Amino acid sequence: MNIVVCVKQVPDTATERKLRSDDNTLDRDAADGVINELCEYAVEEALRLKEAHGGEVTVLTMGPAKAADTIRKALAMGADKAVHLVDDALHGSDVLGTSYALAQTLKKIGFDLVVLGSESTDARTGVLAAMLAERLSVPQLTFANKVEIDGTSISIQRVTDYGYDRVEASLPAVVSVVEKINEPRYPSFKGIMAAKKKPVEKLGVADAEIDASQVGLANSWSEVVDFAAAPPRAAGTVVKDEGDGGVKTAEFLASKKFV
Amino acid sequence: MSEILVLVEHVEGQVKKVTLELLTLARKLGTPSAVWAGEGYSPDAQAKLAEYGAEKIYVADAAEIGDYVVAPKAELLAQLVSEKSPAAVFVAATAEAKEIAGRLAIKIDSGVLTDAVGMEDGLLADQSIFGGGVNVHSRVTKGTPIVAVRPNATPIEAAAGAGAEERVTVDVSDAAKGARVVERVKQEKGARPELTEASIVVSGGRGVGSAENFAVIEALADSLGAAVGASRAVTDAGWYPHQFQVGQTGKTVSPQLYIAAGISGAIQHRAGMQTAKTIIAINKDSEAPIFELADFGVVGDLHQVVPQLTEEITKRK
Ligand SMILES: Cc1cc2nc3c(=O)[nH]c(=O)nc-3n(C[C@H](O)[C@H](O)[C@H](O)COP(=O)(O)OP(=O)(O)OC[C@H]3O[C@@H](n4cnc5c(N)ncnc54)[C@H](O)[C@@H]3O)c2cc1C
Ligand SMILES: Nc1ncnc2c1ncn2[C@@H]1O[C@H](COP(=O)(O)O)[C@@H](O)[C@H]1O
Repeated sequence: MNIVVCVKQVPDTATERKLRSDDNTLDRDAADGVINELCEYAVEEALRLKEAHGGEVTVLTMGPAKAADTIRKALAMGADKAVHLVDDALHGSDVLGTSYALAQTLKKIGFDLVVLGSESTDARTGVLAAMLAERLSVPQLTFANKVEIDGTSISIQRVTDYGYDRVEASLPAVVSVVEKINEPRYPSFKGIMAAKKKPVEKLGVADAEIDASQVGLANSWSEVVDFAAAPPRAAGTVVKDEGDGGVKTAEFLASKKFV
Repeated sequence: MSEILVLVEHVEGQVKKVTLELLTLARKLGTPSAVWAGEGYSPDAQAKLAEYGAEKIYVADAAEIGDYVVAPKAELLAQLVSEKSPAAVFVAATAEAKEIAGRLAIKIDSGVLTDAVGMEDGLLADQSIFGGGVNVHSRVTKGTPIVAVRPNATPIEAAAGAGAEERVTVDVSDAAKGARVVERVKQEKGARPELTEASIVVSGGRGVGSAENFAVIEALADSLGAAVGASRAVTDAGWYPHQFQVGQTGKTVSPQLYIAAGISGAIQHRAGMQTAKTIIAINKDSEAPIFELADFGVVGDLHQVVPQLTEEITKRK
């Protein structure tokens, strides 16, 4: 089985994240880039599926040169090889442009199964997997907390507000995972060393047959008009419980007309 | 004024509050038409949508629409967009409706904005990003703007609309039938309001100590008519089901009031609750980062403070 796992590099949520004042896009240089947390779960699931059913796991990342660190991390966890879609023309692509570029690349490299995280910590759109399914005309199996494959049949548990839906489809398909699905492994020392030798193919826009007029900031379908730091929350009142903490809280609630 | 399509969120035939919010919002920017997709449409639903300003209600209530994941609803909306040429399409920023919006965006070659917390003239969307740290204005520059708006972002106001019903037939394409829903499994759902819709949320964290102890959180929630939420430490430990998790990989909530008991306030938790209007924290560690957000905080043992608070609220009712 040819499994492709889409992995994104995002600014570390523990550092201050910023937008660039020149073009209102994410400032990827301001913060350390780390693997999007949910993508680790996607890599783990891809590896488990490969361990159970055989095949190969390819990491696919679209991002600037420094995203190579994130690719190495996924390779160190055990993925076999990687494709790095990197081209200045891609800078500032919105979710339509990103989904288009990734879909073109997936068509080019081929897949039986595409695995994604259900959301990234920077964009937080949570729509990329659905968009890839739409663009590739394959079944959408998203928000999975369980994935089972039997031959070319695939079924998942799709997390919902009320519990879950059991969803069935045939491969090829697109899956996105939630963090309850597994516990991502830590790369071993051996894995880290091995990752250095694994092949990483770099593709530009032309290599992946991406129409440059559909990607990049200038061609996006949406734009950030302006932005500002959120006004800080006014400092609140903090009291120490002297046996009357509950009563004091009730008084606060009453003052705000909640009770 | 120009037509704005509003995709209706409904459960068991009941229109959800977020839809009334979207209708209220759409009225300020145009003329709302509600779009009903899936089973359960009834005269009650029609009355509710009309009460909040729906001029038209497009009804596609074939069972088939719900039998497949997301794609049929995106097809329905794409069909309506091409027939009616609306000025915009609004959906709720729920996991599923965002996916519908995403697929629709590709079908109609239009931009999509997710998690708007407000809309201004010119279909300019307010978004709060980086866990609440930065506010942005954004807009769609190509096609028919598709906007997913967060629940609780708009206070609802009734204003009668005609509610004229128009039946829509959809032929779900084979391409949209790829992912079949074969079973819907409902896990415990009590009488409490739904987490993302609730105007008050009471959440418990690791400090609650056990699944049994969650009863103190539930009792406080019930005294306030609130929904119950949980941190990931709690859902990981199996003390409370995952669908109640608040945070980056759980639900994003923007209630009027959020009470965090025994929650440290990790960045991933904050990402899901930072836009709450009023925040109360109860934690025995005065250094817990949750206090940085709190409008009111109590440094103390939640097992003392929470039951006392519940009792006091009950007394005052
Ligand atoms: C990929 C990823 C996604 C994540 N997504 C989420 C998410 O969606 N939501 C989420 O919540 N977290 C998420 N996390 C986890 C997050 O980093 C924290 O680990 C988690 O929020 C901690 O939960 P907590 O505050 O309940 O527990 P802790 O951090 O252990 O805090 C418990 C708090 O309770 C206090 N306490 C203990 N006993 C008492 C008592 N008797 N009375 C009063 N206070 C007491 C302690 O002082 C402490 O501050 C995610 C992490 C990762 C890596
Ligand atoms: N630039 C990218 N390169 C590879 N995968 C991506 C990229 N952007 C998003 N993804 C995938 O899409 C998921 C959801 O991201 P998002 O739609 O940004 O919330 C992530 O967990 C990744 O699996």
